[in-house]
Amino acid sequence: MIQAIVFLPLLAFLVAGIGNRAIGNVAAKSVTTGALFVSAALSWVVFIGLIGGAPARDVVVAEWFSSGDLTVNWSLKVDMLTGVMLVVITSVSALVHLYSWGYMDEDPDQPRFFAYLSLFTFSMLMLVTADNLVQMFFGWEGVGLASYLLIGFWYKKPSASAAAIKAFVVNRVGDFGFMLGIFGLFMLFGTVDLDTILSAVPAAEGATFTFLGTSVDAITCLALLLFVGAMGKSAQVPLHTWLPDAMEGPTPVSALIHAATMVTAGVFLVCRMSPLFEASVTASTVVTYVGAFTALFAATVATTQTDIKRVIAYSTCSQLGFMFFAAGVGAYGAAMFHLFTHAFFKALLFLGAGSVIHAMHHEQDMRFYGGLRKAIPLTFAAMLIGTVAITGLNYTSGYFSKDAVLFAAWEQGSQAGRTAFFVGIFAATLTSFYSWRLIFLTFFQEPRWAQSEHIRHALHDAHGADTPSDEARTPAAQTHTAHAAAAADGRIEKQDGQTGQDGTGGYHPHESPLSMLVPLAVLSFGALFAGAIFNDLFVGGQTAFWAGTLVHDAAFFESLHHVPGLVYWAPAIVMAIGFVTAWRVYIRNPGSSERFKAQFHHLHAFLINKWYFDELYRLVFIRPAMWLGRAFWKRGDEGTIDRFGPDGLSAIVAGGSAVAGRLQTGLVYSYAFVMLLGVAAFIAWFMVG
Amino acid sequence: MTIGIGHYLVVGAILFTLGVLGIFINRKNIIVILMSVELILLAVNINFVAFSIFMGDMVGQIFAMFVLTVAAGEAAIGLAILVIYFRNRGTIAVDDARQMRG
Amino acid sequence: MIQAIVFYLFASVVVASALMVILARNPVHSVLWLILAFFNAAGLFLVIGAEFIAMILVIVYVGAVAVLFLFVVMMLDVDFTAMRSGFTRFLPFGLLLGLVLAIELILVGAVWVFGDLAVQARAAPVPGAGLSNTQAIGTILYTDYVFIFQMAGMILLTAMVGAIVLTLRHRPGVKRQSVAAQNARTPANAVSMENPAVGAGVDTGAGVKRVPDEGGVR
Repeated sequence: MIQAIVFLPLLAFLVAGIGNRAIGNVAAKSVTTGALFVSAALSWVVFIGLIGGAPARDVVVAEWFSSGDLTVNWSLKVDMLTGVMLVVITSVSALVHLYSWGYMDEDPDQPRFFAYLSLFTFSMLMLVTADNLVQMFFGWEGVGLASYLLIGFWYKKPSASAAAIKAFVVNRVGDFGFMLGIFGLFMLFGTVDLDTILSAVPAAEGATFTFLGTSVDAITCLALLLFVGAMGKSAQVPLHTWLPDAMEGPTPVSALIHAATMVTAGVFLVCRMSPLFEASVTASTVVTYVGAFTALFAATVATTQTDIKRVIAYSTCSQLGFMFFAAGVGAYGAAMFHLFTHAFFKALLFLGAGSVIHAMHHEQDMRFYGGLRKAIPLTFAAMLIGTVAITGLNYTSGYFSKDAVLFAAWEQGSQAGRTAFFVGIFAATLTSFYSWRLIFLTFFQEPRWAQSEHIRHALHDAHGADTPSDEARTPAAQTHTAHAAAAADGRIEKQDGQTGQDGTGGYHPHESPLSMLVPLAVLSFGALFAGAIFNDLFVGGQTAFWAGTLVHDAAFFESLHHVPGLVYWAPAIVMAIGFVTAWRVYIRNPGSSERFKAQFHHLHAFLINKWYFDELYRLVFIRPAMWLGRAFWKRGDEGTIDRFGPDGLSAIVAGGSAVAGRLQTGLVYSYAFVMLLGVAAFIAWFMVG
Repeated sequence: MTIGIGHYLVVGAILFTLGVLGIFINRKNIIVILMSVELILLAVNINFVAFSIFMGDMVGQIFAMFVLTVAAGEAAIGLAILVIYFRNRGTIAVDDARQMRG
Repeated sequence: MIQAIVFYLFASVVVASALMVILARNPVHSVLWLILAFFNAAGLFLVIGAEFIAMILVIVYVGAVAVLFLFVVMMLDVDFTAMRSGFTRFLPFGLLLGLVLAIELILVGAVWVFGDLAVQARAAPVPGAGLSNTQAIGTILYTDYVFIFQMAGMILLTAMVGAIVLTLRHRPGVKRQSVAAQNARTPANAVSMENPAVGAGVDTGAGVKRVPDEGGVR
């Protein structure tokens, strides 16, 4: 069964990818979506079976390679950690596939899109079912590749291609650390098999090896190297710069990859290697601090962003920070629980945002939203559910998982843990603030649609087929053809008599089609109830659930129920503070945000420019690298290799023939002279030799 | 002293060299070139005959006759070409004949 | 003794004449110096005992080839006063090279010694005493070397035809006879019967149908 789960997406990818236009849109979409739904159903079966007590298995599919001491197999491990990831991945992927039916409906390259989605799912599944590090790395790289392909899906847009490259390159930096970690682990333990390594970790404590010229503690060093890989994949500072730019990809991609699955691969890695991290206090501390810092950083930046997808992207980054600092303080179960619930509500938020974008004719800037709750009520409901989940309203899923994370940080008691707690609380405040800010800007207030380019574009396509009753507002071109035909089939209604003073510009957003609403509904259910249902299992006071797949201190988790009162209520308090602040700024005093920005101009600039990380990287890394590349190109390749190679040869030939050409004077006597020279030399040679 | 073959060969050598020099030292006209060729052939003839007499082999003289014949034919054709060249170019200066310049 | 003096006389004059052929300014002078060189070479041949070759040299080279040179030189009407007299920049180097060549050849030639097998290797040994040089050549030329002799004739024929073909010019306005055209005349285009009136003249162009002019008269 596990083989079916993992390989059905691969088959779907091959069919849709190779078939492409030959099999047509519908066939490609159906094959991939159908395969994913089957996979999802089977994953839930496996998961529930594991909960019910089915034993963990390791299914070897084939041998990959065997070289000397190293034997690596393609094998699929099925244990609880894998099971959790399986349901997350396949469920969200299946829902995203279904959602894409509606969202990508007008796109000319649908088979390619669905093929890439299935490829991604397959790679991610290989990653989580890997029982050895090399296969995990294969999956790791595969998701990186799929991410690149999907971010740059609309490759004709230069910004999309650039974003795809940025994602891949930054991931690469992380992958380098990961690779070094794998090599080090092989060096230390003599194998890449995960079970063997993890069980051998206690024995290897205290081992040292030489790294970068100094002798370091092996476990710490390896854990940190693996964490570098996790940082790259999960967009932790400093390898986070790719995630906001990745929003260039279509929204379903953002939902699948950059919310629910790929970015969680880093968390998964840390949890899978939890014995390794437990064995090294230094590494855990580093993880905690990095996670906390990222949570803070991303939350601060998210408060200023105006693109709806970027807000949610930074929110993801921040929540990943939460997961990491949970892992850092040793609460791996809490980290996985937050991963599980986060997948639901973050995918819900992204898909909801996609629905808003779809309704607003691809306008993504929140400054042109406002007042949408009456126009698209179902989407509004979905986004509302997602927001209450992420802010941790009591008894929603986010409440359980986020509180578990924060309490674990507090309870661990170390300096890193306490710092992480306070930072996390502050980040939770900001999370609440920006999440409600998003809701208020989008769905409340007065409509501000008229100034949007996209809306105007939609309007004048509609007017191309209608009678020109609003000439005052519409642009001159009344003769749109194809687009107008599509627009005029009833989707954009025009009401006569609308004067357009209300900022709508006469535009009527419409609700999304069923294929987009059904996933929203399913995810809403998950966002609301997944926490309550699975709370005890993930972070309860028993070890049977995790069953040794990750380090889980049952007593520690039991003690989370007994944290001090202020700590217990802190998350709820800050959530309320964030909500009230957002309400005051955006509903009560709509102009106060502008005044705040004007007053704290530098702070605002600092935040909206993402703490100037991109500029710093450009200065420190990109410009030197480009300089070096240019130097190698101009002076090395062209100046040296070409100059002494082909260009040099051709120059010599040309120059030589120019010189030789001067011998051809055209005068007989000079030719005779040369002949004489030859004859004399010949005779001399004969005489002497 | 007895005039041996060496003397005749030396004479032939000098004439040969003079003929060769005449080809590329002269800048006056093309006729000098043709005459220099005749000098070369003359030198060769002297060589042939000298060898023939001193070896006692008649072939040398036979061949010298043929050299003579061919030289005459070659001079005739060469001069005919010169005449045509002069008709077309109007000059027989050597320096003007450089259209094959590379 | 006499032989030596005569040899040196002829030899020196040949060399001097050859030198003057190259150096003379006037091309006619060059040809004359060439003739002198030929004569002295013939003299050398006489001294050595090849009188037939000597006479042939005089008859053919001087009488035909040098005269031909003279014809052409005079026909071309070259303005020798306007000719550049400067020597090329090759001169020093060329002289040096010529000197080198001469020295090499002299080194080879001056100490020539026949090898042991040279005598047996003769292709056509001199026939026995009593025959003059001419007779000796004659006995070999038309028997053993007849093919080469015929080929020499062919070469001369070819050269003759070639020279004529190269230089022949048809001048316009020169009248020549074409026998074939003449034979192709018919009474119809040669004769016409006129019956003029008394006192009137005959119009010669009227009745005769003239064949176009590449026919009879050119």
